Amino acid sequence: MAKVKSLVLTGYGINCEMETAYANELAGAEATIAHINDVIDGKYDLEDFHILNFPGGFSFGDDLGSGIVFANKLLCAKTPKGPMVDHILKFIDDGKLVIGICNGFQILVKMGLLPAFDKNYTTQTTTLFYNDKGFRDAWVNLKVNQDSRCIFTKGIESLYAPIRHGEGKFIPENDAALKRLWDGGHVVLQYVDQFNRPTMEFPMNPNASVDAIAGICDETGRIFGLMPHPEAFNHITNHPHYTRIREEHARKNMPLPEEGDGIKIWRNAVSYAVQNLI
Amino acid sequence: MPFRIEVALKPEFKDALGESIKRSIKDHLNINVGDVKTIKVYTVNAGLTDVEKKAVASGPFSDQVVQEHSIDRPLASGFDWLVEVGFKPGVTDNEGKTGKEAIEDRLGRKLAGNESVHTSMQYLISGKLTREQVESISKELLGNELIERFEIVDGRSWDSRKGIEPYVPLVRDTHKPKVVEINLDVSDSELIEISKKGTLALTLEEMKCIRDYFKDPEIIAERKKLGLGERPTDVELESLAQTWSEHCKHKIFNATIDYRDGNRQLTVNSLFKSYIRKSTEEISKNIDWLVSVFKDNAGVIKFTGDNNIAFKVETHNSPSALDPYGGAITGIVGVDRDAAGTGLGSKVIAHTDVLCFASPYYKGKLPPRIFHPRRIMEGVVRGIKDGGNKNGIPTINGAILFDDRYGGKPLVYCGSLGIMPAKINGQPSEVKNADPGDLIVMMGGRIGKDGIHGATFSSEELHEGSPATAVQIGDPITQKKMLDLLLEARDMGLYKCITDNGAGGLSSSVGEMAQFSGGCEIRLEKAPLKYHGLDPWEILLSEAQERMTLSVPPEKIDELMELCKRRGVEATVLGRFTGSKKFHALYGDDTVAYLDMDFLHDGLPEMKLEAVWKEPKYPEPEISDEGLTMILHEMLSDLNVASKEWVIRQYDHEVQGGSVIKPLTGKYNDGPGDAGVIRPVLGRMEGVAVSNGINPFYGDIDTYHMTANAIDEAIRNIIAVGGSLDQIALLDNFCWCDPVYDPEKTPDGHYKLAQLVRANMALYDYCVAYGTPCISGKDSMKNDYKLKGEDGKEYKISIPPTVLFSAVGVIPDVRKCVTMDAKAPGDHIYVIGTTKDELGGSRFYASLGYKGNKVPKVDAKTAKKTYQALSSAIQAGLVASCHDCSDGGLGVALAETCFAGGYGADIELAKVPAERIGKDAQVLFSESASRFVVTVSPDKAKEFERMMDGVTCAQIGMTRNDDRFLVRGLAGIRMIDTIIGALKDSWQYPLRW
Repeated sequence: MAKVKSLVLTGYGINCEMETAYANELAGAEATIAHINDVIDGKYDLEDFHILNFPGGFSFGDDLGSGIVFANKLLCAKTPKGPMVDHILKFIDDGKLVIGICNGFQILVKMGLLPAFDKNYTTQTTTLFYNDKGFRDAWVNLKVNQDSRCIFTKGIESLYAPIRHGEGKFIPENDAALKRLWDGGHVVLQYVDQFNRPTMEFPMNPNASVDAIAGICDETGRIFGLMPHPEAFNHITNHPHYTRIREEHARKNMPLPEEGDGIKIWRNAVSYAVQNLI
Repeated sequence: MPFRIEVALKPEFKDALGESIKRSIKDHLNINVGDVKTIKVYTVNAGLTDVEKKAVASGPFSDQVVQEHSIDRPLASGFDWLVEVGFKPGVTDNEGKTGKEAIEDRLGRKLAGNESVHTSMQYLISGKLTREQVESISKELLGNELIERFEIVDGRSWDSRKGIEPYVPLVRDTHKPKVVEINLDVSDSELIEISKKGTLALTLEEMKCIRDYFKDPEIIAERKKLGLGERPTDVELESLAQTWSEHCKHKIFNATIDYRDGNRQLTVNSLFKSYIRKSTEEISKNIDWLVSVFKDNAGVIKFTGDNNIAFKVETHNSPSALDPYGGAITGIVGVDRDAAGTGLGSKVIAHTDVLCFASPYYKGKLPPRIFHPRRIMEGVVRGIKDGGNKNGIPTINGAILFDDRYGGKPLVYCGSLGIMPAKINGQPSEVKNADPGDLIVMMGGRIGKDGIHGATFSSEELHEGSPATAVQIGDPITQKKMLDLLLEARDMGLYKCITDNGAGGLSSSVGEMAQFSGGCEIRLEKAPLKYHGLDPWEILLSEAQERMTLSVPPEKIDELMELCKRRGVEATVLGRFTGSKKFHALYGDDTVAYLDMDFLHDGLPEMKLEAVWKEPKYPEPEISDEGLTMILHEMLSDLNVASKEWVIRQYDHEVQGGSVIKPLTGKYNDGPGDAGVIRPVLGRMEGVAVSNGINPFYGDIDTYHMTANAIDEAIRNIIAVGGSLDQIALLDNFCWCDPVYDPEKTPDGHYKLAQLVRANMALYDYCVAYGTPCISGKDSMKNDYKLKGEDGKEYKISIPPTVLFSAVGVIPDVRKCVTMDAKAPGDHIYVIGTTKDELGGSRFYASLGYKGNKVPKVDAKTAKKTYQALSSAIQAGLVASCHDCSDGGLGVALAETCFAGGYGADIELAKVPAERIGKDAQVLFSESASRFVVTVSPDKAKEFERMMDGVTCAQIGMTRNDDRFLVRGLAGIRMIDTIIGALKDSWQYPLRW
């Protein structure tokens, strides 16, 4: 059977390309890391891929606002075969999958690829802005909205993953946009407290995101952006309590599964691609 | 032509930055202000049409959802004071640089070289303030006079139609570059004056040596042929001063020292060779995993067989004192270039940082030009945050120490770990070479006046007149782009040798690499500059950041330049390596420097020094056993013990996806992890553990034992997480106060040098005893701040002698790692190692206002056996938790184990293995070395005890199923009765900012 092919972008300060590629591969995809300039120059063709990953990092050092300069670059860049953005829109139109994590999410939102109301994929309607309390690295509990259309989170109810950002406060442009996000099944992830309730309380909600929103998708559910880093939970040893979990399992004589929960996100993507794109 | 784009938050959104500044004004300056709002200002110095202006302002320069913007129209209104802070000309403006790139992307055309973007920040303050107060807020909080300029406007005089004129901070230097010859045929006192005035940091003897070199008739004849006179040029003198600086040549570590201690007398021919290198040489006979030690930018050891690890720790103290943010970020990106420029190049995978400050709660007077310790701390932490986070490198371990003697100069140790394939294109990756004919290529950032005299400046004490140009601001993104590219170029085989441009700039990097080929010819006029007007010596010496120098075979140059272009990285051919035995620099058609390579690198006269050791005697305190519950809480609140979570959470410690043991661990992710562990090759289970050992307080009693304890602590922390003595490498990093005797400047130089000798003696003794080699190191010998007192006399604030040992250990399987938090109720609690009456230099004595004399002494022979047994027990899966016992002793370690795990405990001090101890407080707070607190599941207790046979180890209690923390004293009476939540709170509140 043909392999699902995944493209992982890098360059200009993106820095999670390696572990994002690794997560794709654990999930069964064949991952290629490509410098954005090589994609713009036509060295890589989006046509050849099924999943497009915008990894985390600090593109352009977050100067002028996180993700905004990289988004600007993609919106304005010209490839030998026409504007870069046309290739991306065609990729989406072809029913393929896009994921943006942390800085990648910021790029997607600032390009307008998310949430893309009425399939308008180039107008920004939400933003990710400075956290109320600055940069923070901590693991957070997330709840998956079971009414969301997101392909990547099918069958997942909750996720524990690290956030590592200074600009992750999700803000829709107005109340109408917020309502549309809920009504249209765009909301995918929310920060929750120990009782699995969405919360505005720091540090459980690390950035004061509106409605505790940590991740959204477009109306097809094929474009997904999130602030937490599922690729950083690729193995059980990443889990902050792994020595505790291991001890518990050992005392009960139970085997310990090794794969990290974050990989489920890409397993969903790969199985969708296998069913629909190959 | 220049115009301003202003960007402000729409009024309905919260200005988090403004609010935090309002809080800081209150916290730091005790001034109440009403409200602070912020406006970002971009001054665009470029010819744009009105349509283009609108396009960029609404596009990349603002976020339409939350921000409003204006072009050449002030957004400010309704304030009492307006302060605008922008950079002075010539200071690196990273965001401005990105802004220019964004405009180019947006408009689809390149801007001209002289077009630019500059950022500044506007603060709108409301409140009844005087201009003096606003000035103090500006200078002490909003900016740094050294690198920034302020515009302060009173709200009453604000003309909202006029606003603020666009100001373009470009260096407008009409100076015509020139080369000056210097007459050294002068009196001794004039020679000294030349050295002093030029911040050359050369001694009289060195100046004489240089003078004599230029008198040699052969040299004169050679120089004549190239059109040079008999006097050295400024380019030559500066190159020599830089190459011969303490910073680069480690003169003190290579000096001949006469050491006396009581009746003992010995002559040490180079501390480095006699102790540091010698210990590693001896150890290397018994191990097979050293790859490259002491010769490259970082030390290299084997990791997984097909991968090696490079490790380096640097200090960046002096610049951090003057500009904490710029100094620290430069330290980080600088040490990354060390790791990245080792062998043929490594990928940086982790950071470790150790910082020493005066207390952030310091209330005394501050000397001129010295920032308040809290401001230094906040600035340094922000620099480390940006340097690591923006480069995608996890900060996995570190430490912060507090002592008011660090008030003059903070210590900023930055460590960088890299991974490299053992072989690249079939060749060993640690081998580098430059051959005659290879091209000299400089890559990365451009050259400015920033950082000129960094190497020589850090080789003397800091004073009021220290040059501002010594400060640089690191640019993580330019560096990230360059380091990413270098890994590609490395694997494509596009260069043969690489080294970084750190201290001394091109003079140092090209000079060092030219040693491979035997000479060089460098053309300074080709160097890309940030602005015009630099003299040739400045081009050669500038320490402007983010630059690497490569040697590139001519047949590879086109491919390399093409790759650089595609990656947006600037690279320039500056000349070529030769076999001429000369360091030859030209500017246009003129030779401006022509020095023998031998003289440049080996002409430095050796230093001869004297050291005299006399054991200090301090008063001993009376110890009572009353109020131990309260004392334990106080110990946890000691700044040196207390939680550093506020700092740690600002550092990304998970990027690259291989995080195993995090700096904060336990049930609620808030206990103090002992060593950081990562899994750098994601598909494999081998890990790298990193830890640090440092305790300057013991050095007040004896630096020999201070060093022994630092080594033991670094190793102990690796053992605690599951490493073993089989493969631990160390880095030694000495930060000293000036130990060179001078009757006026440093009358106690003999003692300070003896402290250094003793520290090195311990380094040798303990590294050999443990079999843990030092693979690289660093020294910073002038950590003093000179100032004039009110009485007109000169005073000096000197740091306490401080040695840091950073350890890297290879973990065969990270699935067996252990953390420090108790795992279950009913587990047995053990103490491993003997507790002795060793409270000299302890946190407990410090809390009583004493130093004492009985400093902890390390028994390496016993400790080695202990570590081996414990490593085996951890490997066998018998240990549920293991915690290093250090600052604050057993009391602190037990409390941390319990509150991190979420379980209380019953503990009996009478069961603690102890020697010569009669008081409960001694058992609880002695800081004897080589000890651990371990918890073990009851069903594994027997097997654990069997494995610890022959090692000092005793069960002293059990974990509880509730939160009570109960300790019975030596007499069997309950002495401590508290709960773990309260203990944790005592530990967290002092630095919970």
